Amino acid sequence: MSAIRTGRKPPRVGDNPLFRGLLIGIVLIVGAILVLAPLILIGFQAFSDGWRVYASTLVHPDTRHAILLTVITALIAVPINTIFGIAAAWAITKFDFPGRRFLLVLIEIPFSISPIVAGVAYLFVYGLQGLFGPVLDTYEIKILFALPGIILASMFVTAPFVARELIPLMQAQGRDLEEAATSLGASGWRTFLTVTLPNIKWALLYGVVLCNARVMGEFGAVSVVSGNIRGQTNTLPLHIELLYHDYQAAGAFASASILAILAVITIIAKVALERQGAGRVPRPALVTQVAVASETKP
Amino acid sequence: MKRNVLPGLPLSLGVTLFYVGLIVVLPLAALAFKAASLGPSDYWAIISSPRAVASYRVTVLCALGATVFNLVFGLALAWVLTRYRFPGWRFVDAMVDLPFALPTAVAGISLTALFASNGWFGSVLADFGIKVAYTPLGIMVAMAFTSLPFIVRTVQPVLEDLDPALEEAAQSLGGSDWTIFRKVILPLLTPAILAGLSLSFARSLGEFGAIIFIAGNQPMSTEITALLVFIRLEEYDYQAAAAIASVLLITAFVMLAVTNILQARALRYTVRS
Repeated sequence: MSAIRTGRKPPRVGDNPLFRGLLIGIVLIVGAILVLAPLILIGFQAFSDGWRVYASTLVHPDTRHAILLTVITALIAVPINTIFGIAAAWAITKFDFPGRRFLLVLIEIPFSISPIVAGVAYLFVYGLQGLFGPVLDTYEIKILFALPGIILASMFVTAPFVARELIPLMQAQGRDLEEAATSLGASGWRTFLTVTLPNIKWALLYGVVLCNARVMGEFGAVSVVSGNIRGQTNTLPLHIELLYHDYQAAGAFASASILAILAVITIIAKVALERQGAGRVPRPALVTQVAVASETKP
Repeated sequence: MKRNVLPGLPLSLGVTLFYVGLIVVLPLAALAFKAASLGPSDYWAIISSPRAVASYRVTVLCALGATVFNLVFGLALAWVLTRYRFPGWRFVDAMVDLPFALPTAVAGISLTALFASNGWFGSVLADFGIKVAYTPLGIMVAMAFTSLPFIVRTVQPVLEDLDPALEEAAQSLGGSDWTIFRKVILPLLTPAILAGLSLSFARSLGEFGAIIFIAGNQPMSTEITALLVFIRLEEYDYQAAAAIASVLLITAFVMLAVTNILQARALRYTVRS
């Protein structure tokens, strides 16, 4: 095929300059309206009442407490989620066992469930109306409307995040290297740390970054299980809602600007990690298909 | 089949099953149990109440509108990002992920401020008599925003891997650009488009944070199903909350199954070609 080609490549479909310019123009304008404008507006609105209001919102005890609660939630939920993601990817990609595909479906379920449904589901486990509610109440253990509930709900919505980055990659890398290391006498941990981890570190970090962004920004699920107690169980997204409904728009946008900065940092980290090769393994949008693909391979 | 020599199955599988069981399966089972304990007639009465049915209609219709918009815009965006190089395309490519990275509550208040009648876009549209914020149109805007990346990110890799020889062959046979797009390129993209569509639609059906700020939340007209669940909870009507939440849960499972079937087909397609 390439032998026939001489010098200049023939124009491909859609290379007509007029069409090309028009399509780029339309896409950029619609994109600017729908995606870029909301981000820019946050900056404008945050400083709409001047930088004094902005600063005073950020140093207000309620805001500081909301930031602290959001950070604590992430510091607990993200590492636990990461350990789970690594364990799930190791079990699913390094071994064959019956029900592998079903397990993948279970891991990916939270991805397609409304955060509100997730919150309600937790209510029926740990709430007074729920399975363990009465027992927990007798021993005065507070899970709902407290930090544990917020962490659990956050772990539900982000359960697939690390696993779905690692599984396609580790599936593609196969088992040969680990098998060689083990047969040369390396222990399981040593094999993981010196053979597997260096190969998956960027994808792992990629998953962790996305997981962290979602945990810090989760609204629906946390809103159901937290009880929205000002200065106690309000995470940053809930704090934004509270200020907004209190007609403190500038304060709400000032708090929102922190999360907007987090989103921008997340995107920059994502692009940087993609340059290292993370997220590049061709994979389906749902990882459930990875196992199927490998099973049907001749 | 050769024997697997790798260690760590009991530990890794144990951790996985424990976590999935405690974090994912247990809560969903508890919700299903609660909804099932209602009994068929009570359950049906709740989920078929006029207010619930109105909420399904708004949610589904707005999700359809948002998905159709994303089909057209997402496809155009994926095309522009893979076929053309222009100043700032890397920036545009990175910004496609903003809706996933920006917390939904932040997106919600920001879109509301933009499209309210005194906002940057709302004031312009108001001159033409178009109201976006606090109408179903606003719900569609919020849904379109939060689910935008799905179609772009499922179509983009397929478009990148498309063999130029196919187009060249069609061109040499005298096909016009539009004919080649319709008859050659689009059929190859279809499986990816369908998978992206179902993901986008499912996400729109379940979205909450971005919508409640812009929706107006009037019962029977701009109240989405997820919000109705939340309202029933605030009224301490746990049975109604469980029943309506179970409708959303069942819908999510159906959408998950649909996506899986579509992807299995898409995968078979790519393996063959």
